[in-house]
Amino acid sequence: MRVGSEDGAPDRWTLSVRALDLARVDPRGLGGVRLHAHSGPVRDLWLSHLRTGHDRDRERRIAPSISDQALFGGLDLAATLEAGRTVRHPGLLNDGARVLILTMAERADAGLAAKLAGHLDEGSGHLVIALDESEASEAGIPPALDERLAFPVDLDGLRPADCLETVASRGRIAQARLNLRAVTLPADVLESCVILAARLGISGLRAPIQTARTARAAAALDGRQEVSEADIALAAQLVLAPRLRCLPEGDDAEQEPPPPENGDRADETETESTEPSGPSGDRLLEAVTAVLPPNLLEQLRTRTITRDPAASSGQGAVQRQAQRGRPLPALRGHTRSRSRIDLVETLKAAAPWQTMRHAARPDDSRPILFQPDDIRLRRFCDRRERLVVFAVDASGSTALARLAEAKGAIELLLGEAYSRRDQVALISFRGTDATLLLPPTRSLVRTKRCLSALPGGGGTPLAAGLQAAFVVSQSERRRGVTASMVVLTDGRANIALDGTADRSAARDDSHRLARLIGAGGVPSMVIDTSLRPRPEAERLADALGGHYLPLPHAGASRLSEAVNGTLLAER
Amino acid sequence: MTDAFPFSAIVGQDEMKQALVLTAIDPSIGGVLIFGDRGTGKSTAVRALAALLPPITAVEGCPFNSPGPDSNCPHCGDNSDIRLVEKPTPVIDLPLGATEDRVVGALDIERALTRGEKAFDPGLLAQAHRGYLYIDEANLLEDHLVDLLLDVAASGENVVERDGLSVRHDARFVLVGSGNPEEGELRPQLLDRFGLSVEVRSPSDIKERVEVVRRRDAFDTDRAGFLDTWRPEDARIRDAILEARTRLPSIETPDAVLEDCARLCVALGSDGLRGELTLLRAARALAAYEAVAAPSREMVARIAPSALRHRLRRDPLDEAGSTARVERSIEEVLCA
Repeated sequence: MRVGSEDGAPDRWTLSVRALDLARVDPRGLGGVRLHAHSGPVRDLWLSHLRTGHDRDRERRIAPSISDQALFGGLDLAATLEAGRTVRHPGLLNDGARVLILTMAERADAGLAAKLAGHLDEGSGHLVIALDESEASEAGIPPALDERLAFPVDLDGLRPADCLETVASRGRIAQARLNLRAVTLPADVLESCVILAARLGISGLRAPIQTARTARAAAALDGRQEVSEADIALAAQLVLAPRLRCLPEGDDAEQEPPPPENGDRADETETESTEPSGPSGDRLLEAVTAVLPPNLLEQLRTRTITRDPAASSGQGAVQRQAQRGRPLPALRGHTRSRSRIDLVETLKAAAPWQTMRHAARPDDSRPILFQPDDIRLRRFCDRRERLVVFAVDASGSTALARLAEAKGAIELLLGEAYSRRDQVALISFRGTDATLLLPPTRSLVRTKRCLSALPGGGGTPLAAGLQAAFVVSQSERRRGVTASMVVLTDGRANIALDGTADRSAARDDSHRLARLIGAGGVPSMVIDTSLRPRPEAERLADALGGHYLPLPHAGASRLSEAVNGTLLAER
Repeated sequence: MTDAFPFSAIVGQDEMKQALVLTAIDPSIGGVLIFGDRGTGKSTAVRALAALLPPITAVEGCPFNSPGPDSNCPHCGDNSDIRLVEKPTPVIDLPLGATEDRVVGALDIERALTRGEKAFDPGLLAQAHRGYLYIDEANLLEDHLVDLLLDVAASGENVVERDGLSVRHDARFVLVGSGNPEEGELRPQLLDRFGLSVEVRSPSDIKERVEVVRRRDAFDTDRAGFLDTWRPEDARIRDAILEARTRLPSIETPDAVLEDCARLCVALGSDGLRGELTLLRAARALAAYEAVAAPSREMVARIAPSALRHRLRRDPLDEAGSTARVERSIEEVLCA
């Protein structure tokens, strides 16, 4: 980690504190800070700096499970019942708070992110601090919100001893706010922000806008009327560097990004030849690369692989607090949660007390007297069904060696699936195409009959098999079924998707499909059925983003154990 | 709510702007689906549209936006003592996490508990009647909400049977959905409900990008001044929409155009007849907007990608996308 400033680059802590200052100068334009840090002294220190800038009662904490009512305001049921007249509460977004701290932001769902994003778009002027505690392998905070917070700050790995820089005083921030409108932003500054973002592979337009606004805030904080190059460099370090998608030189930069050279870029050459501020653009690029962590490419790679679209898609296997499904007995509860009130049960709970309550309050003319204790909430149980799609390679190369074992393993799995009421679908691929032998079913008998009749021999149309399995799992997912996929193959594809016998086209097709499936978030597993494990099947598992299981000499029961252990146990 | 970014100040994205304007002229075209990367102005355009649209006349205080005394409206009913007022065209946000209660409406708990009355608390569908319902990230919407929306969008009526309530009210709205295709796809049934679909991407031209950033910055720094600058242009578009609406019924439909639409849909193998209908309606609206008597073949070709690209059978491996296929067919069918 590059700490210190011997090469002129500010360290991460200093940058994080500057981000806080600037966000506070222009919260309307910059949204706030995404603070990636684990709970600890460094984060506490940062937050204590944050708190020097506002009074304690101007700060609100938002948990990921917050309800709409709590956010936007609504009827305060408990108080309404108590008082016998309508009592409303204003909601966190409208009660005069200036700072919103979103705790465990990585757990926030896309819905909450969309609501907060909409709120920020309206120009509320809230300063949003999203506390992101995600691990490197997790998806992080929802992109709709991430985009709108100008400053992604990462404090992980810093020691408290590194954190010397402190925030600007309240007075200076207030002065900077007054200055802000007077700061002029020359046209070429805007232009260099846009060009720089394009060179760094950032395609959205929010980032360059935020960069320009950051530069303006930085000038205002310094009490200047004109944005300087140093302001833009700082803005680029804060806004653009963490969002970097590609290094301008391409893929060959590994450990230390080499200093950029002029005219060395293939992608933007035509626009850059007309770029008026070439040299200054390169200095900016240097400023950005100077604050990049050394193992950046590595991170980029892992981040793109592990982003799981299902995690935010609302179609994932996550068992949410059910709003529908099989009704469960009503539960006593308070009304601020998201659940619906079970009116009949609430009435029933209140009924026995009516005489007593009327006697206690003789001049209350309401027909029924409720108390907060009477409220009953509706509960539902929404069980998600599971489906295991088996794609079995029944080609000549597999048929000889392993087909019988594969059949045995599927039968064993089927027995267990039956006892768990899971569904099974069976696809076989051989010759030139794939057949859906068995649409998703629970019928044990049918599956067994189907299996024993499974013929073998012919080419290996792996791509066709994957495609069929993907289509089945996708259509089942839309119905709310959690689908996973088990591919039994030796990976030696030799029939392309269009049915021609072309080994390299077949390999390309199957890998493209595998990546598509992996990106679709279908959990999968490849069981290598060849006698000696070969790299092809392992590469396939890689592309699928699934497990790889070589079974050189394992019987059917071992196979079934493996599937149960790795693929299903995780769910 | 603060002032929205002016519609006319949005740089580029002509296809998206055109699609939004056409649905404003003829709501029966049936909604717009906007697919594209983040930060391309999707939300900005929809929110700008709200400020652009001419106001509607509705019964004062009616939560269902009734245009006048209407026995079908639970609020106005047979009540003759009503006042008509002008209010802005509703553009209602449907947030992702919305509960079913919030969308369709539910028992008014407030009145049930404080006054012991059984009353209906209208939901977002009622508010969106005669206006727009905007779903940001439509592809992430939960399935049971999608089913519900499909049902209401098809029938134009919201029927609520729950909590001992039985209410029905009109809910005719233009669906506007936006989303990022990388984060999930839309069910074909919902796709088909959208009349037009557009794909937006960040401009790749540096000059255009600079212009976007420049205008956004001007808007953020001097909001009032920026709005003043663009107000005449916004007003011009609004007037054009109003004129086009009055002109629309008198737009002719030549047989040649009908045939073009049909041939194009057959060539593309798009499912159902909805594609042809939408294509025709959009072409007529375009003709009305451009103040000509009848749509031309060139107009059909111009509107066809928006009207048809989301109706093709999907091929999971076709990376070129549907746009290329539509354009190829236009070339073959219309330019032959």
